Formats: sequence, structure tokens, C-alpha cells
Amino acid sequence: MKAVPGGGLARGLAITLRTMTKRSHTRQYPDALPDLPPRSRGVIALFEENCTVCMLCARECPDWCIYIDSHKETFEVEGAARSRQRNVLDRFAIDFALCMYCGICIEVCPFDALFWSPEFEYSEYDITELTHEMDRLREWMWTVPPPPAHDPRGAPAKEVTSAGQVERAAEKELP
Amino acid sequence: MDIGIRVLVVLGAFLTLPLLVGQMEHKAMAHMQSRLGPMYAGGFHGWAQLVADGVKFVQKEDIIPAAADRLVFKLAPAVGLLPYLLILIVIPVGPHGLVGQPLDIGLFFVLAIAGVGVIGVLMAAWASANKYSLIGGLRGAAQILGYELPFVLAAASVAMAAGTLSLSGIVEAWRPWWLIWQAPAMVVFFVAGLAEIRRPPFDMPLAESELVFGYLTEYTGLRFALFLLAEYAGIVVIAALTTVLFLGGWKGPVASDQFGWLWTLVKVFALSFLVIWLRVSYPRLRADQLQRLAWLILVPAALAQLVVTGVVKLAIT
Repeated sequence: MKAVPGGGLARGLAITLRTMTKRSHTRQYPDALPDLPPRSRGVIALFEENCTVCMLCARECPDWCIYIDSHKETFEVEGAARSRQRNVLDRFAIDFALCMYCGICIEVCPFDALFWSPEFEYSEYDITELTHEMDRLREWMWTVPPPPAHDPRGAPAKEVTSAGQVERAAEKELP
Repeated sequence: MDIGIRVLVVLGAFLTLPLLVGQMEHKAMAHMQSRLGPMYAGGFHGWAQLVADGVKFVQKEDIIPAAADRLVFKLAPAVGLLPYLLILIVIPVGPHGLVGQPLDIGLFFVLAIAGVGVIGVLMAAWASANKYSLIGGLRGAAQILGYELPFVLAAASVAMAAGTLSLSGIVEAWRPWWLIWQAPAMVVFFVAGLAEIRRPPFDMPLAESELVFGYLTEYTGLRFALFLLAEYAGIVVIAALTTVLFLGGWKGPVASDQFGWLWTLVKVFALSFLVIWLRVSYPRLRADQLQRLAWLILVPAALAQLVVTGVVKLAIT
């Protein structure tokens, strides 16, 4: 089709007018809370009962924003030949002024003590107050959503695949 | 007594209409860009946003640059704003002398005064002692130089058709078929008017992405607010002039005798909306495109319209 001179100008006007008649998608944030997608990276929550003070998270953190203090406790086990020792967590703090929300600490935690929470309203007036201690991190634990269900059309989880391989291998060997 | 009331009413209109247009721009532009615009000030859909803006501007420090020409710098906003107030005085709103001050040479007066606004721009630009301001001011001057001619020629065409320079007289003489007869003049007048008040897409003098804010760069507080008011007053004035000259002013399909002023207002706001609409839809014209449009399209079109007007006028008398 041959372009009509000035047709572009008219189309520009039509587009803006059409947009004006449609509802805008703006959500007025403080009044209306946003619908966060699953696995939103809002804040890192700590489930301290699971923490063994292995320090992996603190060591893997790219910007060293995790502070961990602990002490060793000796306790007796009845019937045991010698006393046993365990680590007790004294302080676990994350400086969210430094944190870059990479999630490596959560990935690396071998005992599932760290979780992503979608909570994001924890701004402070002073940058030093962004270092949040154990108790606050623990409170956020209650906001952690259950993991989203597996996408039925997605690839099967690694565990399922490998378990299937084992089964198939076993079937081959057994006549 | 009578003249006092008239002046007060015009002053009231001068202070409220631009705010209404400004608010309309806020909301219409926002929705055209799929936004909401102001929502909080005043409670209901941000209706008091411009009032809040005004309060904010009043509170701001009045800064005058050290190198500025103080007196000229201070005077410039007034020079930029007052012409529009003066124009509003002579614009007829309704029949039976519903006008601030009827003037036999109204059209001549309006065209002469409309050009004064650019002096305020030049004063602001020169007195700011800032290169961006100066470039902006000179662009403004060059633009006005180009667009004043088609502006006046288009207005002359309708004056010729009506056989009078009085704005009320032009509306009296106006007939609906003039919409077709004077259509090219109307387009030329409106486009040149947009350039005259430096509205986007003709905002080369401001061009915030290249000149900071042109001649407004050094202004703050109340003086800046006056310039902004001048911009919106300019929209009202251009819309009102186009209404009076080309759209039959207070004449409407029904009840143009009792509610003529309402027809005028409706037309003025419709044209103001068009001004905003154009602003949202089109990108800024480059300096050479600006001059090309003025000299190669608008001026010849206005001259051709003059010829057509003359021929038709001779034919029907």
C-alpha cells in the first residue's frame, strides 16, 4: 500500500488517543501492593535452628555482607566415652546495604537455613541501620512462601531424571 | 464600576483558565502515555496539583545569577506574561458585548501584542548570562521571525473575509461555510500560533534535552512559575483566537444567544486539548525543519488562502 502523505502524523495522533481511552496499568504502590512473582528476591530470611555455623555462606558471599559469631559448647552424652561438642550461633547478621541479592548464600547453605522472602519494605533512614540481626532475619522466615509447584510443562527435576536413570539401569541388569 | 468588574473577571479568567489547561495537560498527557498523572494533591485524582505546585514555587528561593543583568532578569517574566493578559481583555466571549474591552481594531491589537511575548524571551535569554539561555533565546527569536508572517497572513485572510478588524465583528460576520472556505488559514494560523507560543513540537527554544531549559535555565521560584503560567496562558490565548477567528466564537448549533459564552469555552478547551494532543504525539522539530515548514509550506499556503479569500469575496459581493 502506498503511504498517504501525512498518514504517519494521523497515525501518531490515533495511537495517543487510543492509549488515552485505555486504562493505565499503574498500581498506586503504597495504597495497592504489587503482585510479586514467585521466587521474588525481597530479603534473606534465616531459619536459625538449621544453622550449623559452617560459615559457608559468609565465605561465599561476594561482598562479605554476612557476619557470623559463634562459640563452641561441650556437652555430655550419657554412656559416651567422651564429651561431645557443638557450635552455637551467637550472631548472624546481614548488611543489606552491601548485599547485592545474588542468592549465593542461599544456594550454598547445605542445611537449608537461608531462604528468599518476598518482603521488601525494610528501608531505613540511616545506611548503618540496614544491618539486620538474627531476630529480624528470623521474623522474615515467617514470610517465606512455600516453593511454587513444579511447572507441568517444564523439564522434569534433576532428581527425578537421575532417579529414573538408576531405575532403568537396574531394570537392564535384572533379567 | 462596570469596567472594574470586567477587568476583574478577565483577570480571574486569566488566572484560572491556564490552570485548568495545565491540569488537563497533566492528566491527558499522562493517560496518553499510559500513566495516571497526579493522583494525590487535593484528594480526588490530584485536582489540586497545580495549586500545590504554585505553593511550592512561592516558597522557593529567588536566585539571580551573579553575572545576570538584574533589572532585565527580573522584568523578563512580566514582559513574557502580560501580553497574554492584554490579549485576553479584547477577546469576545459571548454576544451583546460580553468582552473585557471591545476594540474596533481588536485583531490588529492582538497580532501586535502577541509578538511582544518574544521580547520577554529575549530579555530572559540575554539577562541570564548563560550560553544555553542565549542559544534558546536566539532560537526563539528566529522561530518567531519565521512564524509571525504566516500567523499574520492567515489572520488577514479572515479579516478580509469579514471586512472588519473588530473581533466581535468577525464573529458576527462568520458563517458555518467559512469552516471550509477558511480551513487552510485556520490550519496555518493554529500551527503558527503553536510556534508563536513555543509549544512542542515547536519547542526548539526550550529543548530541555539539548539546552537544559533554554531561556528558563536560570529561573527559579516565582519567576519560573510566571513563565510557566505564560506558557499555559499562551495556549488559552491561541485557542481563544482560533475560536474567535475561525470557529465562529460564541456561535453554536443551539442556544448561541443565551449560552454563547459556553460555546466559546467549549471550543477553547477543545482546541487546548488539541494543543496537548499534538505535544504528546509529535517529536520536536529540528531548526531546519522548523524554518522549512514556515517558509516553504505555511507562508505559501497563507498567501494562496489570501488569493482565494479575495476571489470568493469579490464573487459573492
